[in-house]
Amino acid sequence: MRMRNLLPRRVPWRAVLAVCIAAAAAAGAPAQEKSAGAEAFGSDWQSWKAGTSVVDLPSVQRGARDFLGYCNGCHSLKFVRYARIGTDLKIPPNLLQQDLVPSTRKPTDYITSPMPPADAVSWFGKQPPDLSLIAQERGINYLYQYLTTFYVDPSRPTGANNLALATTAMPDVLSDLEGLKRAVFKNVEIDGTQQTAFDHFETLAPGAMTREQYEGFVRDIVNFLDYVGEPEQAHRRALGVWVVLFLLVFTWLTWLLKREYWKDVH
Amino acid sequence: MSVVEKPPAGAPPQKTGGLRAWFYKRLPIEEFISSQLTGYYAPKNFNFWYFFGFLSLFVLALQLATGIFLTMFYKPGEATAFDSVAFIMREVDYGWLIRYLHSTGASAFFIVVYLHMFRALLYGSYKRPRELLWLIGMLVYFALMAEAFLGYVLPWGNMSYWAAQVIVNIFGTIPGIGPGLVEWIRGDYGIADATLNRFFALHVVAVPLALLLLVVLHLVALRQTGSNNPDGIEIKEKLGPDGKPLDGIPFHPYYTVKDTVGLGVFLVLFAIVVFFVPTFGGYFLEPANFEPANPFSTPPEITPSWYLTPYYAILRGIPNQRLGALVLVLALVAYLLLPWLDRSPVKSMRYKGWISRLFFALFIVSFLGLVYVGLHPVEPFYVLMGRICTALYFAYFVLMPWYTRIDPVRPVPERLRFHAHA
Repeated sequence: MRMRNLLPRRVPWRAVLAVCIAAAAAAGAPAQEKSAGAEAFGSDWQSWKAGTSVVDLPSVQRGARDFLGYCNGCHSLKFVRYARIGTDLKIPPNLLQQDLVPSTRKPTDYITSPMPPADAVSWFGKQPPDLSLIAQERGINYLYQYLTTFYVDPSRPTGANNLALATTAMPDVLSDLEGLKRAVFKNVEIDGTQQTAFDHFETLAPGAMTREQYEGFVRDIVNFLDYVGEPEQAHRRALGVWVVLFLLVFTWLTWLLKREYWKDVH
Repeated sequence: MSVVEKPPAGAPPQKTGGLRAWFYKRLPIEEFISSQLTGYYAPKNFNFWYFFGFLSLFVLALQLATGIFLTMFYKPGEATAFDSVAFIMREVDYGWLIRYLHSTGASAFFIVVYLHMFRALLYGSYKRPRELLWLIGMLVYFALMAEAFLGYVLPWGNMSYWAAQVIVNIFGTIPGIGPGLVEWIRGDYGIADATLNRFFALHVVAVPLALLLLVVLHLVALRQTGSNNPDGIEIKEKLGPDGKPLDGIPFHPYYTVKDTVGLGVFLVLFAIVVFFVPTFGGYFLEPANFEPANPFSTPPEITPSWYLTPYYAILRGIPNQRLGALVLVLALVAYLLLPWLDRSPVKSMRYKGWISRLFFALFIVSFLGLVYVGLHPVEPFYVLMGRICTALYFAYFVLMPWYTRIDPVRPVPERLRFHAHA
């Protein structure tokens, strides 16, 4: 129920130790340079952080555009109105209407997906979840890791699998941007039994974006979903500063008053 | 700062005519103020631990006020509850603030009540002549637990649903009537629309009324016996020539002004949570509760809110479910027996001996340990830790008649120890 539960319950300490020893040995050997870094791509995916901030307005704006362009075909934001996004993200009404609101919808409509639920179930086995509260439910780091750890897996009906959410029903819809990558597994011994564990990614085909561009693209979408999870959060923190300052002054005054009254208690 | 004018204690209203006098003639306002505030003498050595009774009262008022506003927009019902909470958070003006005040207030309520109870245990405030005051206070605590649980179900998130499932099923362990009772509580064969609606009725009408009545009784009982104090000495036994306790000071203005400082500090901390960490890392609002109730998808781990986890840990640590439920009830009943279990001649921990202090320390450690265990999954380490804590928890109560008698107590002074601050 908390973030820590998203991590594997059992840490493969022996594997971690082996990796550390290997890394130390590699660091000691001067010959290998960049190939070692390339090989390890993805091995530290569980420590990847979204590193976003909802007060970074351009990022949230780009995320809104990209969400509506790439995600909204399947995923709804049923608690959010187009107009609300326009107001909060300072998008002028004419631009909002022109670029973000579909021609069949009004700005005051909630952002729902056009996909018929029955079709969604027959295509994917389940209805794609509404994402209004996904950032609050799963956390932004999970969302970032989920969108960056898709890999080709021919054994899955969609041809894709995911490290953050194993056997995900979602196809790798962003692969034309990210490119295709393969997961390389290794055998590790956990509690005396041989098991396969993810080692690193290998790029199969490049996408339309470089890795840095794609990571930025995902960050923007995650940032937008973070904003959507609690649209008032920036306002909340800004207001909070003043409330706490007021209360500090109030408390100081009450303390002076108390000290004055208590002077005659001996 | 020396220009503040102090109203003389128990002063009658100045004017004989006017609106105030009109009211004073028709309601016993004057008598109330002089008997309960300006003429009520409280020990002058109240310390930090004495803020939490007043703060509990404040949080109760806060919960009632914010609750009324939430009720204006919340729609009980399987199909509407979750969406109406989202509506409050997003589209109602300052709805997010009202809801965060209420959700943070729920946890704050338990923090201040637990500290208030700690104070009572520390200074022996449950002992004669305050047994009934303690009993009523415990009933307030039980009603508060019921109120918090019922409220937790209302947002109809997935954790609401499954917590309701687990807690209502505890009643099913009662021999004979259990299964029928559970069905009667739920009003359906599962946790459903009928359950949610009746929980709403209980949360907003029935339990708050009971809470208010019990709180009034608690205050009346307090005024009858007078407050205990960190020294555990009855100030009424040492009266001055004017008939007032020598070690007492009028509640108003001295404690009203002091409690206001406590309120200020509390509000600073409270506002920091409300405005900067309202979910408190998943302890005040849980991530799984941002997903709507789903009978087909169990959250990875079902735990109640942190303030109920000690008892949940006790329940879970016992392999037999029926026995576990019985021990859970005993853990609560134990508090009610406390005034008669304590055979010590002194009240306050200041004058109790090392044996009482040791058992009290172990009790506090075990209680915190149970909170910790209850927040963690059922794994061998936590189960073992939970059982050890359960044993220590009960040792405090069960062995109390024995250890309080052999405890090497210290002599209690005649008068309060009080050092005026500069």
